[in-house]
Amino acid sequence: MAEGIAFCRPEVVCAYPITPQTHIVEALGEMVRTGELKHCEFINVESEFAALSVAIGASAAGARAYTATASQGLLFMAEAVYNASGLGLPIVMTLGNRAIGAPINIWNDHSDAMSMRDAGWMQLFAETNQEAVDLHIQAFRLAEELSMPVMVCVDGFILTHAVERIDIPDQADVDAFLPPYEPVQVLDPEQPISIGAMVGPEAFTEVRYLQNYKQNLALRLLPEFAAEFEARFGRDSGGLLRTYRADDADLLVVAMGSVNGTIKDTIDEMRADGVRVGLVTLVSFRPFPTQALREALVAAKHVVVIEKSFAIGMGGQLANNVDLALRNAAGAPQVHSVIAGLGGRPIIRPSLHKVLRRAVADPWEGMHFLDLNETIIAKELHHVRKVRRSGPTAENILRHLSVGMQQEAAK
Amino acid sequence: MFQVRIHGRGGQGVVTAAELLSVAAFLEGKHAQAFPSFGSERTGAPVVSFCRIDDKEIRLREPILEPDGLIIQDPTLFKGLDVFQGLKAEGYLLVNSNKSIEELHLADMAAKLPDGHVRVSPATELALKHIGRPLPNVALLGAFAALTGIVQLHSVIIAIRQAFSGKIGDANVAAATAAYDQCLRRSLSFGHVETD
Amino acid sequence: MTDVSTTSAVTQKLRFYQKGTFTVGNRLVSERERSVQASIDRSNALTCGHRACQGCGEALGARYAIDAAMRATGGKLIAVNATGCLEVFTTPYPETSWQVAWVHSLFGNAAAVATGVAAAMRVKGRGDVRAIAQGGDGGTTDIGFGCLSGMFERNDDVLYICYDNEAYMNTGVQRSSATPPAARTATTPAIGSEPGNVFGTGKSVPKIAMAHGIPYVATASVADLHDLERKVTKAMGIRGARYIHVHVPCPLGWGSAAHDTIRLARLAVESGLFPVFEAEHGHLTASRKIRRKVPVTEYLQPQKRFAHLFSSEHGPQQVAKLQAVADRNIVEFHLLDQEGDV
Repeated sequence: MAEGIAFCRPEVVCAYPITPQTHIVEALGEMVRTGELKHCEFINVESEFAALSVAIGASAAGARAYTATASQGLLFMAEAVYNASGLGLPIVMTLGNRAIGAPINIWNDHSDAMSMRDAGWMQLFAETNQEAVDLHIQAFRLAEELSMPVMVCVDGFILTHAVERIDIPDQADVDAFLPPYEPVQVLDPEQPISIGAMVGPEAFTEVRYLQNYKQNLALRLLPEFAAEFEARFGRDSGGLLRTYRADDADLLVVAMGSVNGTIKDTIDEMRADGVRVGLVTLVSFRPFPTQALREALVAAKHVVVIEKSFAIGMGGQLANNVDLALRNAAGAPQVHSVIAGLGGRPIIRPSLHKVLRRAVADPWEGMHFLDLNETIIAKELHHVRKVRRSGPTAENILRHLSVGMQQEAAK
Repeated sequence: MFQVRIHGRGGQGVVTAAELLSVAAFLEGKHAQAFPSFGSERTGAPVVSFCRIDDKEIRLREPILEPDGLIIQDPTLFKGLDVFQGLKAEGYLLVNSNKSIEELHLADMAAKLPDGHVRVSPATELALKHIGRPLPNVALLGAFAALTGIVQLHSVIIAIRQAFSGKIGDANVAAATAAYDQCLRRSLSFGHVETD
Repeated sequence: MTDVSTTSAVTQKLRFYQKGTFTVGNRLVSERERSVQASIDRSNALTCGHRACQGCGEALGARYAIDAAMRATGGKLIAVNATGCLEVFTTPYPETSWQVAWVHSLFGNAAAVATGVAAAMRVKGRGDVRAIAQGGDGGTTDIGFGCLSGMFERNDDVLYICYDNEAYMNTGVQRSSATPPAARTATTPAIGSEPGNVFGTGKSVPKIAMAHGIPYVATASVADLHDLERKVTKAMGIRGARYIHVHVPCPLGWGSAAHDTIRLARLAVESGLFPVFEAEHGHLTASRKIRRKVPVTEYLQPQKRFAHLFSSEHGPQQVAKLQAVADRNIVEFHLLDQEGDV
């Protein structure tokens, strides 16, 4: 991925190490040192907050800026995340999707992306490493066109640490697709302006409205850029969403990121069994392609949303947004919400088969947690009821788990 | 699709092994995918890595639950983990050890699998001899190529050279080749002719 | 009988206390001694129309500092401002009183944003354009401390100017880690056996800057604006991380008269409570000698935030502690040594 990003000719790269993005930034740093990546300042920062802040300064001063983070790091820079989008700076950031603690967890899920879904950044989810590379190229173009930052979400470990076949683009092709950064606003001593003034009640709403307006423009630009990308690079990457075997499907699955690969294999197996099932892969989560999703889903009888996060106390964010897309549609399908893969729990085909069949045969209310260990839950609830000082939940569960494993081994 | 699961401990090059295997397959025009299963990074902790090889695009992202091939880089893992879980009935098993299958208490398992599908390779010793460090991963790949034929030794060698340059590359190639030869000889000596 | 008093053997050393002038608008002095502000060609980077309080030390300091920097760089300057009084009163929507390329990002990241600006200029081949970061004591010593240290450690080409009015003034006078001992603030009320800001707290960011070994560290005061301009000018002639800490009285927060701003600043210097010095690469290189030492009480009395020191039973004890702080500074920074000593 570092090579792909290098082709975008970033001028200032600044990032703070956090699993699972470290090797991307390390590779970029090395490329700067060897001279492979020219005209680039690589800055070792002392926190994620500093990382995005350096990018903000660089971008405001007219340089193409890039950073990367995940999980806790994204939260640590949260103030700057809102600042960058509020100021309208076209920063591109790789988000190596990782669960947010506590409990501390280094594995993949989408809770980090979800935590910043309201911040005004565009959020694009890569299905494969090829798409991850391609989305970064499109992201810079999109960001600079709209003066708005973009997060490219890449599943931690599953994609970030996977070695797979990709086509490395040609520098000339990337240059043709992504021209040099021409800022809409810039700190220039020859034409001094003030950026970042306080805005009161008289104008704040209008500023926010225009941010939303720009994201709506992105709904048109994303497919346009994807089409241009395909014409130049020969690959279908990006856009708002894409479908797989969806045309005659009664049951449609909606998902983001790498899990789509596994779902496709599952769908092929189910289709072989005669089940009319298909997939809608959502690439753009922000802006949320309400209209396009509605068109893709409305004809189905059942929609199963599979997502790697949920809003505690409410439910799946993606499921919630899918409901929104289908609101008031005549004859709209039933929406079923599945929460899977939290904290890196593998999403496997047997479980997918079961849950997709169950959605039709024996639907549930609210969220269904895939592969939930109900025994452990019961044990913990029982334990908590017995004694006040029951101890930290996470540690208790780990203990129940290891006891359970020992009992299994003894059998 | 051919699925390989590699078990070892942190610091033994388990992740690199899967990557090299995938590169070797890629060089032969196949599709390949390699990825690790991480715990927190520290040497000595059990690590698993995965490699899928196929003639068509690989979309699956699950961990490999039913491997066609299993490489055990560290037999001390037998005690703590069920490293053999899911191994297919026609699967291959390669263990890094200078002991025999019987001494490793693997005879029962070998009996259940097809003839010639279970091998030991003294990869650590070969690594010490050729590389000077007890890193068995590359040697095991050589043996695995001989055992399964899923990739050619030639491809493994190119993959090694892409990852390691100069003398280190040479040494690793020597270790892999030695392990390959030894694995082939063993199978020949058992009376089976392994086809590439 | 010989008149001993007339022999040349007895020499009376005359000490000239004042060289040059403190007055800054004075165009009657030589060019060399004139302040930047005295020039009609000054950039007026912080121009009139801002909403600072009457007698604001920060507005005064910033105006002098930035114009000096503008002259030193030929106007090739980009300013990064932390959230705080300066940012708020200079950019009341929809106006700005800045006539320099200026950006305000967040409260704690001015140093990092400036690093980014400097990097952008470098990568674009515009190394002639310099970056200045500025913030109050809150944004510098507390919430901005991490980014500041990071910038120092990388030796980024940024001049960071801290305008220290010793509390979070814009939000209503809450204490910061720069608040002096015993000062009353909204969060350190003058109650109990240790009224005001508790002793033992507080940190010297100038000394911490020195500990990073950066090329230039200086403290300055609005009591001597020529000196402030000189230090900013000197700093802009150096590449790498630089830090200037300016003492700026706040009439509102300190409970002092608006017309006393410069007088109080001078008393802080003359008492030894605010040492004025310069350092390079971690070593003290110069300090401004106290002309006429005053007891700390003379500095504390005009400020309502210290009023409790003169009415409570614990007061004299705290005054004594503050005097001890001043005396320690005098020793540490050689504030009373002979001229020319360091």
